[in-house]
Amino acid sequence: MSFGPFLLLALMEGMVTSAVLALAAVGLSLVFGIMRVVNVAHGEFFMLGAVSAWFVSQWVPGPPAVAFVAALILCPLFVAAIAALADMVVLKRLNYQPEATIVATIGLLYILQQAALSFYGPDARPVPAPFNFRVQLPWFGYSGYKIAVVAASALVLLGVWRLLAKSRVGLIMRATQYDRETARAFGINVDRVYAGVFALGGGLAALAAVLIVPIQQAHYLMGTDPLLLSFIVVIIGGLGSLRGTVIAALLIGLSDGVISTFFAPTLAKIVATLLVALVLVFRPQGLFGRRAL
Amino acid sequence: MLTLSGIDAGYGAVQVLRALTIEARTGEVLCVMGRNGAGKSTMLKTIMGLVPATAGSIVLDGLDVTGLPAHEVPRHGIGYVPQGRRLFAELTVAENIEIGLMTRRRGQRTREEVLTLFPRLRERLNQVSGTLSGGEQQMLAIARALCLEPKVLLLDEPTEGLQPSMIALIRDTVVALKATGVATILVEQRVDAVLSVADRVAFMTGGTVAETVDAAGLTPAAPQFAAYVGV
Repeated sequence: MSFGPFLLLALMEGMVTSAVLALAAVGLSLVFGIMRVVNVAHGEFFMLGAVSAWFVSQWVPGPPAVAFVAALILCPLFVAAIAALADMVVLKRLNYQPEATIVATIGLLYILQQAALSFYGPDARPVPAPFNFRVQLPWFGYSGYKIAVVAASALVLLGVWRLLAKSRVGLIMRATQYDRETARAFGINVDRVYAGVFALGGGLAALAAVLIVPIQQAHYLMGTDPLLLSFIVVIIGGLGSLRGTVIAALLIGLSDGVISTFFAPTLAKIVATLLVALVLVFRPQGLFGRRAL
Repeated sequence: MLTLSGIDAGYGAVQVLRALTIEARTGEVLCVMGRNGAGKSTMLKTIMGLVPATAGSIVLDGLDVTGLPAHEVPRHGIGYVPQGRRLFAELTVAENIEIGLMTRRRGQRTREEVLTLFPRLRERLNQVSGTLSGGEQQMLAIARALCLEPKVLLLDEPTEGLQPSMIALIRDTVVALKATGVATILVEQRVDAVLSVADRVAFMTGGTVAETVDAAGLTPAAPQFAAYVGV
């Protein structure tokens, strides 16, 4: 294969990484942007999405596509419910103090991880893809499912953007983000907004995991990498900036695809981490973030 | 319309309000004066449920609203214009108004009424509210509170830092609202502004109301101003 098609393949692989990363990172970014909570357990919501997708694939009879669609709907809802519960039972009681919530979400990380180990076990298990056709390009064939993942992620991100920018719920979320006391004085139930945002963040991570699990197997430790990469993306893009998060996810995903293909995956991680260091030194608010209010 | 009796309130261990009793009547402007730290703003926040009352009761139109969750208080018809305006500064004028309308599910008719009151805001609906001039921001803060069609309106130093024409506009608005039967509590530092709109004046000191007098009998030289406000 000559260089051109090889580069195309690398970029396509990068797009899949970007798509999943963007979904996971947007969840993290929303939670920080609106609640000012650094959710260290975000990767575990991702893991729970993948693991619960495996359970759904075992329980739902019929062709893989049916089980997959069921997982795509049920798993994000299940994880969102756990996230909302964690918010109401733990974070709310800590009054959302920044340091306390970091420690609490570290605790949540271990609880969820060990729960997955107990109920799911230490094995990595595959979930069958809903369909298996290949798109035949002139130079190579490519998984149709991976292309569908990119499309699905783009649609969901568009939906999140519309929710935030155009809907009444989004208006309430933005008002709460800006000034929660005044929001209360205008009838906004801030507790409910916070539980909802935390659920939405967890649900988006779970959705990303359900999309990726036919490509990458479900495992109880799989949350670590997405957590690290989501943080990298969110720091580069600017915490709380949806546009920045998506652009940074594209940057990290595509460079990861290209560098992993032509050089080594380790070099891709080195470059990403170096990028974070440079952003932190020269533009601490991120590429698209605003300076602290 | 709104009665506070024997209210204690404060922030954590620091008690600010002590056995505070005050009453706002329908169609009346009650001005609240007092030195910095007398508890004027805290009183308004306590009415809104933003600062919890540890003793006493707050009764709105026969309904006990003491201890209600803060987001339920405005739904019973209390509009709040906080000190320093506290707009949702990154949202547009239209979005700030929308938040006000959502509080009591008011619709297009209320929106029209409020925008008719402040035509300047209608011209700037899509402008980000943080970029408005100080006076326009204050108009928006009042407009947002009026979107509730409040029975009681709480204004915390609305004329602070504004030019005279804007102060006159705000005074006219308060007078117009009075005619519609709204009970207004106006926290204000300036004697002339108080005397031009007030029906009664409550003087606060040390977290409680020391004296309430009819405005009709007050002149700028009244001893209360010297005793409680220091002017």
